[in-house]
Amino acid sequence: MDGAQRLGFYRQMVRIRTYEETIRGNYHADKTPAWDIGAGLIPGEMHLAAGQEPVAVGLCAHLRDDDAITGPHRPHHLALAKGVDMHRMTAEIYGRVDGLGRGRGGHMHLFDPAQHFSCSGIIAEGMPVAVGQALAFSRKGTDNVAVAVAGEGAANQGAFHEALNLASLWKLPVIFIIEDNDWAISVPRDSSTPIKSNAPRGAAYGIPGERIEGNDVETISDACGRAVARARAGEGPTLLEIHTVRLWGHFEGDAQAYRGAELAVAESHDPIPIYEAKLRAEGLLDDAGVAAAKAEAQAEVDAAIAFALASPVPDPSTLSDYVFA
Amino acid sequence: MTVTETVAPSTRRLSTAKALSEGIAQEMERDDSVFVMGEDVGAYGGIFGSTGGLIDQFGPSRIIDTPISETGFIGAGIGAATEGLRPVVELMFVDFFGVCFDQIYNHMAKIHFESGGNVKVPMVLMMAVGGGYNDAAQHSQCLWASFAHMPGMKVVVPSNPYDAKGLMISAIRDDSPVVYMFHKGVMGLPWMAKNPRSIGPVPEDAYTVPIGKANVVHPGSDVTVVSLSMSVQHCQDVAEKLDGEGISAEVIDLRSVIPLDREAVLESVAKTGRLLVVDEDYKSFGLSGELAATIVEHDPTMLKAPFARVTYPDVPVPYARSLEQAALPTRERIEAAIRSLVRA
Ligand SMILES: Cc1ncc(C[n+]2csc(CCOP(=O)(O)OP(=O)(O)O)c2C)c(N)n1
Repeated sequence: MDGAQRLGFYRQMVRIRTYEETIRGNYHADKTPAWDIGAGLIPGEMHLAAGQEPVAVGLCAHLRDDDAITGPHRPHHLALAKGVDMHRMTAEIYGRVDGLGRGRGGHMHLFDPAQHFSCSGIIAEGMPVAVGQALAFSRKGTDNVAVAVAGEGAANQGAFHEALNLASLWKLPVIFIIEDNDWAISVPRDSSTPIKSNAPRGAAYGIPGERIEGNDVETISDACGRAVARARAGEGPTLLEIHTVRLWGHFEGDAQAYRGAELAVAESHDPIPIYEAKLRAEGLLDDAGVAAAKAEAQAEVDAAIAFALASPVPDPSTLSDYVFA
Repeated sequence: MTVTETVAPSTRRLSTAKALSEGIAQEMERDDSVFVMGEDVGAYGGIFGSTGGLIDQFGPSRIIDTPISETGFIGAGIGAATEGLRPVVELMFVDFFGVCFDQIYNHMAKIHFESGGNVKVPMVLMMAVGGGYNDAAQHSQCLWASFAHMPGMKVVVPSNPYDAKGLMISAIRDDSPVVYMFHKGVMGLPWMAKNPRSIGPVPEDAYTVPIGKANVVHPGSDVTVVSLSMSVQHCQDVAEKLDGEGISAEVIDLRSVIPLDREAVLESVAKTGRLLVVDEDYKSFGLSGELAATIVEHDPTMLKAPFARVTYPDVPVPYARSLEQAALPTRERIEAAIRSLVRA
C-alpha cells in the first residue's frame, strides 16, 4: 500500500470523526439545561460511529459510486466514506427540505440513489435488501457489488441468516460485513452470541467467513479488497466480521453505566491516534499534516452545517407528499 | 363504565415507568412463575424504564437480556407460557413487530382458540409506542389498531401511573395474552418532555385496574371525547381549559382497545349527543372508525352533530419537527375540533 493511499485513509478517518464530533456537539448544545431528546435543531435518536471509521474507510476504498451499501441505524461513517453528499446528508439530519429525504427520513433513514446508499433503523433488515441489489446487478450483467453492513447484534436476527442463504444459493455479488463493537446497546457480545466469532456462520451457508481483529484500516482494507474482488469475479458472497470499537454511547444521552471499567479500555483503542502514531513513526505524517487534515475536515463539516441551516424546514402543507410514487 | 375510581389514598408520586416496573416486581414477588425477558431489560432497565431496578431485585435468571432475535424470544415466551410460566416479554418498540409478527398473531393470539380452550397463553407482551420526539418513521408509531384487528389478544393502553401499575398487575394475572402498550410520552422519563400527568399518586400495595373498563377522567355534558394513551393527557388539558369557557367536555380514557368498552362510549354519547375520537394511531381502518361504527350500529340518531376525529393522518411518521407536529393529535387540534363540534 503506498504512502498516498495510507494518508488518504488517515484523512478520511479524520473527516468522519470530525463529522461525528461536530454533530455530537451540536446535538447536545441546544438540549440544555433539561436534556430533552425531542428538543433542539437535531432532535430524536442519534447513533454515532466514533471508533468504527476503519471499517467504513477500509471497505469503501474498494467500492465505486455504482456499488451499493445498505447500512444500519449507525450509518454516518459508511455514508461519508461511500461518497454520499455531506451537505445533503447534513440537511437531512437537521430535517430540512434540501436533505437527502427532504427532511422526511432523518439520520437513520439516509437514501442517496447516486451512491446506491441506504440504511434502516430495523436491525438486520437492510441485509436482504443488499441481496436484492446484488440480484439486480447480476441480472443486468454488471460487475457491481452490494454490501450489507450491520452490527454483531444483528447476526442473531433471522434476516441475517436468510440473506446469507439466499446470497449463497444464487451466488450473488454480496459482501456481508458485521461490525462487532462488542455491544448491542447494553448487551455485551458474550450475552447474545454463544460463539466467539461469526465467521463460521458463513460456512453454514457455503460462504467463506473471516474475522478481522485489530480495527486497523489497512488490514480491513485488504480483507474487503479480497471479498469485493471475489464478488466482482462472480464467485459469490463473503462474510467478514470486523472487530471494532464503540467509543461513545449507543445513542447520544446513553449514560453507559453498564460499561464500567471497559469504557476506559475501549477509549485506549481509539483507532485514529493509533493509526496517526503509525504514520508518524514511518515519517508519512507530522504535526503540520495532522493539523491540516483536521482543519480541512472541520472546514468541510462547517460548510455542510451552514448549508443545512440555510435550508428551510418542510412546510406542514406538504405533509402528505411522497407517500406514493 | 366507572367514573374516576377512588384511588386508595396515597401521597406517593411515581412516574408511569416506575409504577409499571413496581407492578411487575410485586407480581414477581407473589408468583415465582413470572419472569421478564427482552432486549436491554437487565442492566439498562428497559430503554424506556419499564424494567428499571428489576435486575437488582431478581437477578439475571428472572430478568433476562435477550439477543436481538424477536421471533426467537417472543416465541420462547409463548412456549414458556403454555408450559405454565407467566412471561412478561418486552418488544422494545412496537415498530419492530414486523420482524416477529407471526409469533404474535398466528401463535400467541390463536393457540387458545385452536386448542378449543385447552391450552392457555398467559403472557404479557409489552412495548413502547408513540411519537412526538422526532424519532421518525420506524420508531414513532402507535399501531394498536393493527393488534386489535386480529382476534385473540387483549390490548392495554395506560395513560397515567396509577392505571399503568394496576393494568400491568391485571395483565400478568390474565390467562389470555395481553399486549401492553406504553406510550413513551406518558412514562415520565427524565430525558423527554412530559406532561405533569405522567407523574402521579400510586398506592404502594398491589392493586388491579380491570382490563376492559373505560374511565371517565373528566366528566362533562356537551361533548364526549374518547381517547387513549398519551392523547388522554392532552384531552384532559383541553377539557380543563374549556371548562372555564362553559364548554363541558366529557373525556373517556378507554384504557384498553381490546376489550373495547363500547358501553361507556354509548352511555356518554347518549348524554352529550356529540362524539370526538382522539387517536394517535393512523386514521383509516382503525379505532376511530370502529367507534363511529359502534354508534351507527346502536342508534344512528344519537348524534346531534357529525362524528369527528383527530387522528394521525395516513402518512408515515416524518422526521422533521414541522411535519411531525402537524400530524400529531395536538391540544390545538383537539381544542379546535371540540369547538367546532359544540357549535355544530
Ligand atoms: C428489529 C429491531 N430490534 C431491536 C431494535 C433496537 N435496537 C436498535 S440498535 C440495537 C442494538 C444493535 O446492536 P448492533 O447490531 O450490535 O449494532 P450497534 O448498535 O452496536 O452498532 C437495538 C437492539 C431495532 N432497531 N430493531
